[in-house]
Amino acid sequence: MMKDFAMHIMDIAQNSVSAGATEIELRIEESVANDRLMMIIRDNGKGIPADMIGKVTDPFVTSRTTRKVGLGLPLLKQHADSTGGGLTIESGSGKGTKVTATFGLSHFDRQPFGDIAGTVVLLAAANPEIRFIYEHITPMGTYRFDTAEVNKMLEGMSISEAPVVRFLKEMISENLKEIKISG
Amino acid sequence: MGQVKSLADLRKIKEELQGKMSLREKSNNPESLVQVKVAMATCGIASGAKQVMDFFIEEFDKRNIQAVVTQTGCMGYCFAEPTVEITLPGKEPVVFGYVDTRKADDIIEKYVKNGELVEGIIPVNYETIEKK
Repeated sequence: MMKDFAMHIMDIAQNSVSAGATEIELRIEESVANDRLMMIIRDNGKGIPADMIGKVTDPFVTSRTTRKVGLGLPLLKQHADSTGGGLTIESGSGKGTKVTATFGLSHFDRQPFGDIAGTVVLLAAANPEIRFIYEHITPMGTYRFDTAEVNKMLEGMSISEAPVVRFLKEMISENLKEIKISG
Repeated sequence: MGQVKSLADLRKIKEELQGKMSLREKSNNPESLVQVKVAMATCGIASGAKQVMDFFIEEFDKRNIQAVVTQTGCMGYCFAEPTVEITLPGKEPVVFGYVDTRKADDIIEKYVKNGELVEGIIPVNYETIEKK
């Protein structure tokens, strides 16, 4: 089972990687006033064909051939639904995919964020050719992380080098603390 | 508490690293490096693949082993997650199942360093004598 948001993010972003995306954007928006939490994962991958889109939250539907079930989106939907939110997917062949999940921010069944910083950095390190953008918005402010900026700074050095990975994790965590994410 | 880290601080890390890298002459040819693929689909993630991947990245660096650690999707061995595929330079890939950090440590010490096989190998690349 998925124990936190970080796990969902790793999972859904992996779909984007498999879809051949070159850019993956994660946006998390916390609205304390509306007691709402929104998570959007958007990619420019090959998209989901129209005849599949209604079925992707069915656990027995998957485009993969190694096994017959796909639980990534169904688990995210179940989590969102259980907090009074929901899941919407916008996509089309060749149009990329946008997955939007909403949650009740203070709902008892909303799982914690978990290690989002570590997850984003791990995704970036494992897929250095993909641009990852992570934006987190709280009433305290906005933090934006973009691997295009990181790579510019690294001037050709790999983002996958362990000391770089370590630094980026710390940097993101500290900045998330600054804008006081809910946890 | 000090200042919050920003990308500007990355420059220092980069410079330190450049010094080290010129010493160990990093090869640009991935064929000559140890390649590790961690299966990171729903099944892998739910069983702790992230911790395993973190561990490999950290430990290869600490133990001074040149390796590329990447992710892959589901390899179809959901029952044995987390699974990890390791390719030593010039060798066939080997898939290990039920890899936690303790097992990963074993794999690095025995298989990666000495080519010694450890328990938990999934015979994916199994070829019969007839086939050969």
